[in-house]
Parts: sequence; C-alpha cells; structure tokens
Amino acid sequence: MSTAIKDTQKMIEEILDAYPEKAKKERAKHLAANDPTGQCSTCQVKSNVKSRPGVMTVRGCAFAGAKGVVWGPVKDQITISHGPIGCGQYSWWARRNYYNGQTGIDTFGTMHITTDFQEKDIVYGGDKGLDGALHELKELFPLAKGIGILSECPVGLIGDDIESVARKVQKEFKIPIVPVRCEGFRGVSQSLGHHIANDTIRDHVLGKGRLDKTTPYDVALIGDYNIGGDAWASRKMLEEMGLRVIAQWTGDASVNEMGIAHKSKLNLIHCYRSMNYICRHMEEEYGTPWAEFNFFGPTKIYQSLRKIASYFDDTIKENAEKMIGKYKPVMDKVIEQFKPKLEGKKVMLYVGGLRPRHTIGAYEDLGMEVIASGYEFGHSDDYKRTYPVMKEGAVIMDDATLYEMEEFTRRLKPDMVGSGIKEKYSYHKLGVPFRQMHSWDYSGPYHGFDGFPVFARDMDMTVNSPTWNLIRKHGVPRKSGDLLGR
Amino acid sequence: MKLMKIRDHNELFEAREYREQFENKKEFEDPWPAERVKEVAEWTKTEEYKEKNFARKNIKINPVKACQPLGALFCASGFADTMPFVQGAQGCVAYFRSHLNRHFKEPLAAISTSMTEDAAVFGGLNNMLEGLENAYSLYKPKMLAVSTTCIAEVIGDDLNSYVKTAREKGLIPEDLPVPQAHTPSFVGSQITGYDNEMKAILSTITTGKKSTPNGKVNVIPGFDTYTGNYREMKRLFGIMGVEHTVLADVSDTFDSPNTGEYKLYPGGTPLADAADSINAMATIALQRYSTSKTLEYIEKEWGQKTAVLPPIGIRNTDTFFEEISKISGKPIPQEIEDERGRAVDALVDSHPYVHGKRFALTGDPDLLLGLVSFIMEMGGIPVHIVCTNGDKKFEEEMTNLLTESPFGAEGKVYINRDMWHLRSLLFTDPVDLLIGNSYAKFLWRDTGTPLIRIGFPLFDRHHLHRYPIIGYQGALNMFTQIVNTVLDELDRKTMNTTSFDVIR
Repeated sequence: MSTAIKDTQKMIEEILDAYPEKAKKERAKHLAANDPTGQCSTCQVKSNVKSRPGVMTVRGCAFAGAKGVVWGPVKDQITISHGPIGCGQYSWWARRNYYNGQTGIDTFGTMHITTDFQEKDIVYGGDKGLDGALHELKELFPLAKGIGILSECPVGLIGDDIESVARKVQKEFKIPIVPVRCEGFRGVSQSLGHHIANDTIRDHVLGKGRLDKTTPYDVALIGDYNIGGDAWASRKMLEEMGLRVIAQWTGDASVNEMGIAHKSKLNLIHCYRSMNYICRHMEEEYGTPWAEFNFFGPTKIYQSLRKIASYFDDTIKENAEKMIGKYKPVMDKVIEQFKPKLEGKKVMLYVGGLRPRHTIGAYEDLGMEVIASGYEFGHSDDYKRTYPVMKEGAVIMDDATLYEMEEFTRRLKPDMVGSGIKEKYSYHKLGVPFRQMHSWDYSGPYHGFDGFPVFARDMDMTVNSPTWNLIRKHGVPRKSGDLLGR
Repeated sequence: MKLMKIRDHNELFEAREYREQFENKKEFEDPWPAERVKEVAEWTKTEEYKEKNFARKNIKINPVKACQPLGALFCASGFADTMPFVQGAQGCVAYFRSHLNRHFKEPLAAISTSMTEDAAVFGGLNNMLEGLENAYSLYKPKMLAVSTTCIAEVIGDDLNSYVKTAREKGLIPEDLPVPQAHTPSFVGSQITGYDNEMKAILSTITTGKKSTPNGKVNVIPGFDTYTGNYREMKRLFGIMGVEHTVLADVSDTFDSPNTGEYKLYPGGTPLADAADSINAMATIALQRYSTSKTLEYIEKEWGQKTAVLPPIGIRNTDTFFEEISKISGKPIPQEIEDERGRAVDALVDSHPYVHGKRFALTGDPDLLLGLVSFIMEMGGIPVHIVCTNGDKKFEEEMTNLLTESPFGAEGKVYINRDMWHLRSLLFTDPVDLLIGNSYAKFLWRDTGTPLIRIGFPLFDRHHLHRYPIIGYQGALNMFTQIVNTVLDELDRKTMNTTSFDVIR
C-alpha cells in the first residue's frame, strides 16, 4: 500500500475518533483513501445504506428525488405535492429546471400545488380530497397534459389508495394521472425516489406519446434536468452533430416526450444515478441501447462526442470531428484566460448524482485538482466509476456529515469546495471559497461548449474573489495595509 | 489578452440559435395551438375564472405558509448552544435547513433521526436513542430541542419516554435539557410550530428556577425572520433602560460576523437567562399568532403578566412604548421621541406618492396586521389581504382593524387562501402595489403589479432581513422601500413621456 493511501487512512481514523463506538464503526465503512487501480480492498466505500441518526447527514428523501429531481421538471403536467404543506413549499422552484411555456396556462413548473393535508385527512384519509383536488385542477388548468401525485410521508403511513383514485380519474380525464409512492421515509436517500419515479414513467407514460416519423439519427437526452439551461446547451451540440433529439428527460420535458424516448436509436444518459433504471428498461423492452457521456469541460466533451458518434455513420463521425475542430480554439482560449489564475488549486467536492465524478475533468482542464470527492446518495456503481478518475490517496466520502466535512477541510486545506446550500455558508464563515455545485449557484449552464466558459468564469470568481481577503481571522492582530485572512 | 465575453443563461438563451432550437423542439412536445393558449390565458383573468378559482376546496396553489417543524427549528436555533433535534425523516430537516439558508444566507445546524420504513413499523425509539447519543458526542450541545415531523406524529412516538430511556442508558447526561414539542406538519403552520417549541423550551428550562423577581422584561419576537428586528429591539430597550431577555434571540444565529471560523452555535439567548425568564416582571410578545400557547402557559404557570405589542407602524410603535413605559415604570426618552419625529417627517414629506395607492398584501397574520395598520396611517388603501395561515380569530381582528380607518373601507381579508386566488383578485380588481415574499414575483410577472418584498422567505433579494421593519426606524425603512418602489414604477411608466421628471 502506498504512503499516499496510508496517510489518508490515518487522517480518516483520527477524524472518526470523535464518534461513539457504533457510529464510528458504521461511518468507517463510508470514508476511504482512493486507490485508482481498485486493488486495495479497504479502499472501497460502502454506500446506499441508512444514515446514522443524529450525525447531521446532508441527504434528503425519496420525495426530493421523485418530485424535486425527476418528475418536477416535466413542464406541461401538474405536479401535486400530496400531503402536508411543507415538502412542496421547500422544494418550490429550488432546482432551476428551466423550461419554455406560459406558466399557469400550458406549463406549471414554477408552481407549488399541494393538497395541504390537515388533521382530518390523517384521521379519515386523503383520497376523497385528492379526487376533489384533481377535478378542481382540471377545471382551472384545462391545458394540463397530465397530473402527477407525489406522495409525502403521511400518505403511505395512513394507507391511502392513491392508485385507485388515479385510475378512476384517468379514465374520466383521458390524460395520464400518475400516482408516485415517493414518501420520504422510503429508502435511505433521494436515490430511491429516482427509482420510484423511473418506474412510474415506465408504467404510466412511456410508449404512449406521438412521434410521426423516425430517422436513423434519433436520440433521447436522458438525465439532464436543464439546471440553468444545461440540457439546452447539450441539445445544441447533439443537433449540431446531425442528431435529432426526440426527447429531453426531464429538463424542459413535455409529457409527449416522456412517451417517445424508447423510439430513439440511442439513449444518451448524463445523470446515470437518477435515470439508469429507465434506460435499462428501454433496452430490455424495446432494444434501445444507451450510453453514458460527459459534457463537462472540453477534454470530456471531445471524448464524449467521439463516443456518441461511434454509434452512428460516417456523416455523424465527421460532424463530431468538425465540431471539435471548430470549438477547440474557443475552448483553448477559455483555458488560456482562466488557467493561469486557477492552476494548482485544490478542490473538494461533495455533491450528488453525477457531479462528484463528471466535473473532475472540467476542473482538470483548468489546471485544478480534485483532492476529495463524495456522493450524498451514490451507489457502488457510482464509486466504481469514480475511483479510476481520482488520484491515489484522494479522499472518497459517502454520505458525509457536517462534522466530517469540517475536519477534512481543516486538514486538507482545499482552495475551494463545491457542495450544496446547507454547506455553503459554513464555508463562507470559514473563509474557504465555495460554489454550490447542485444549482451552479444560480448560474449556468455548465454543460457543453457554451457551458464551459461559464464554469471557468465561475470557478475563477469563486477562488479569486478579493472578498475572501477582507476576512479578518478571529484573534489575528490588526495591521494596516496587511491582507489578512487566507 | 482581450478577454472573452462570457454569456451565461441570462443572455445565452436569447441568442438566435437557441430561439430556433426552442421552436424546433415543439415538434416533439405536442403543444397546444398558440391561439388556444392565448385564449385560456385571457380566460384566467376573468370574473368567471375567479369564481371557479374561489370555489376550490381541496387544493392549494402557491400558498404562503411553511410547516410546523420549520418554526420549531427556527425557535430552537435562537437559544445558545442548542441543537435543534428533529425526531423524524431526514429529508424534512434537509428542507428546513435549505429554506432558512436561502433566506438568511447563513449556515444552520440541525439534526434529524433519519427515520425510515422500519421506524414506521417498529416506532422511532432506536432512532431517537442513537440520534441523541451521536448528536451529543459530535456536536456537544447544552440543550437538544426536540420537534417532530409527520412520520413520528402519525405513528405516535412517545418522545418523553424515549428521552427518559436515553438518560437511563447514559447516552445523554441526566441534566441535559431536552424539551420536546409535537409539531406535525398537518396542523397549523410554522407559526404554530414556533409557539409549541417555545412553550416546550421555556417549560423545561425554567423548571425549579422560580426565585426572586429579576426586574427584567421578557421579549418574545415570534416567528420573525428579520435579524434586524432583534438588534433594533435590543437597541430600543437599551435606550429605554429596560432590562430585558429576548426569547429566542436568533440575531447572531442568522447574522453572525465573518471571522474566518465556523461556529456551530454562533449566538442565541444564554440558557441561564432563558431559565431566569420565569422571574421576570412581564413577558411581551411582538406577535400574537405565533405565541398564543406560550403566553397562556406563562400567565397560568408562571403567574406573569403578558402583553402582545406588535411594533409595526407608527401607532403600533406608540402603543408599544407607552405600554413598556407602564410596565417598566421608565419614561419614554427624548431620543425615541426624536426617532418618531423623523419617521413621521418622512411620511409627511412623501405622502403625495402613497396617498390613495391601493395595496394587495400576503404574508403571516401578525405581519399583515402590522402592515395594514401602517398602510392606512400613510394614506394607502389596503384592498386584498390574503393570509394562507390565518384563522377565524385573525380574520376578525383584521376586519376590525380595517373599520378603524376610512382608508380601510375597501379592504377584504381572505384566510386559508393562496397566491393563485390573489392572482384572480389582481386581474379582476387591480391594485397599485403588492407586498409579499419572493414567490410573489410570479404575480408581479403575470399582473404587472409592482412588488415590495416584505415577509418570508426572501430568496431573490439580498440582505433585506438585516434591516428592521419594527419600531420607528423600521417604519422608515419600509416606507422608503414603498415610496421608492412607487417612484421606480413612475419612471418606468413615464420614460417615453414628458413626465419623466428628475425632481419628484
């Protein structure tokens, strides 16, 4: 075992010492020193298991995965947060899944629609109210193409039969009414919510859309939620390659697109974690192949364009090369502009979905190094894809707690951290440059050739903002003209 | 080197190639014909639509309320060295934290016991025990303030016996205060949760602390998300020379100085002071609807005098100081009288721009009562008052308030209604100005009514919560916000006319 791995392991052991025995034993399985070769057996983390109570996990729940991630962005269906007021309130337009349409008329993405359960609903059940709610919605929003019923905790606990309500109303309305059993207590994180949502796509909308003709170049863009317009930047590239994007899941998606993706020649999946289930289903059921790709940063983009093109004829392959030729000078210019300011900077990532591994190449394009990375709700297949792209001895963390992140920061001294809103402001207090890597800190897109310049600009402003230097560390004596702080 | 022009989403998607992409994508979207969309859009502005909209009983659309545990967690976070501890599902706590992070742009620590399916079947005892042990070891709190989410409430977890078991097993110290509040999200709203947690904390922490009167006044701000209000209140009590204890003081929790270090517990009411609150001469609440159970408890159990004195607007603030003066026996200092004079001077100077302006408002009950009172004082006309989490008592109080002034004649209060109802009202009976939280910006976009952001949450404008809206200074702050919104709007409207005045 190398020293790099041993040093990291020693650091992890020290950090774990603060835990009570049981939690320590459990948490030890989720923190590891990276071995890119995959030979060191102690270097694999355990994942997708329950969080320990009381440790302050960053994780969310199945509702967040199903409503917040997968179904919420489908623009022309109404998404009901079915249950008490809170879940829908806190997930209201928080993920910036951009879409075109007239909100409240033919699209509903930025609306918070809830059955607002009261005590009587818990006592007598909420099915009758749900039936009433569906009818009221149909009357007020006649252009809705579907209605999703996204269950919150009490719905499952009191034994409501939302499926039967949905079946009955669907017969009446003749639009999909989709019951989604994504109660927050199910599973161990957002992840099961993705899976449940995928299953309901399969059962209620897939195969039911209208597509007048097909071509040999039809693809579907899967697992891109169009955060800050990411999917649009990706779509632009696929179209420029000569491909025809027949469905976009689920950023800026319409119900119709949810029904036709299986007709594509190739399903292109960006966020593997949240939509691999439905891709596997389409492969088994319809024989639609699928491929993973990565549109973060030029190195990965060039590789991905060639990989995608390899599934098609020479025209597409030539187009991919042409595109690389056309955009490389632009990408080089971005690197030329920003790399000198970012070279050698160390990054710590703790995010979800695809980002803990997919963004590494983009950082490396700018000369930065990801020294620690982890997933809120990853599975072993995510980690298997991560070990080879990180350096030996880098920290791998699964379902990290606030305490662990603070300790890693103190010891590893990253130049910037990329994580979520709950972590953001504690890093600001620490004086450690921070970027939200779920929502792109309200910026974006970060995908594709149009996204990389924005990514580079944002990382530069994060690391090099002069505001960090204004922070006067507690206890450090004041000196005039001295740039205190970092 | 000439720097590249970098276009992010704000500009990028306006470019021709993207407009074309969006147009072409419609081939796969099976969209409605544009005429049909337009027709429905127009229809939603009609009286007919409004009637349908107001007839709905089973669904809320863009409501203005959060849930109980968020209020409980907010309350707990205002006590020093206290970890908010939620018996329930972890997703809820992730949501509460994110929501408050986004409003204050500050960190917030809070614990959940990560209850999942097995807990739903077997009960949450094991989650609670391990949760208490881990939270205490890792985060070393001096109080763990428990609230609950739906799961624990639906299955009926017995918090008190769980905590007792944890103590017996030695997982937490015998003397660690662990107040417990039941805060199901299907009852009330965040203001109810605040009240329940406050009562739980005070009743726990003051047990056995009754001794000689301390001569102080307790101040309970209620679910008040303006850190500036807390600092303002302390300043004003300082000027009055009235010793006081703020319960719970979130000002440092949600507005702490950047010193290059992260503090898990950046401030809050010291627990000793909170424990001594039982010996105060009186308790003043600045909100009624987020403190009613707590005040009832204080009167009944502590035998203490209580009063609700909401200091929003000029006359409310007048009453506030008069009552504080009576309670404390201290006169109102000239300094405060001068502040009043300056605020009133501003109202007088700018009155032509707000007199007769018609307002729509949405928010929590106490905020709305304060705002309506203030609007009528400045000669504004409150018209649509929408309160999702208001009850019958609030409705009555608001209706009475409106009858107190001729400017209230047009005002109508709507409880248990939401911003989609308000949308209909704004189309069928338009007003000049809208007051609401950040989500009201969708009403601004749909109806063109200028939005003044007062309330919670405020996500899309920065730092507003640092500026007080209570007291005379707060009245001046709000008034400045209001009058300048009117003037901004006037500029926008007159920019291509001769009325584009530079002196207004």
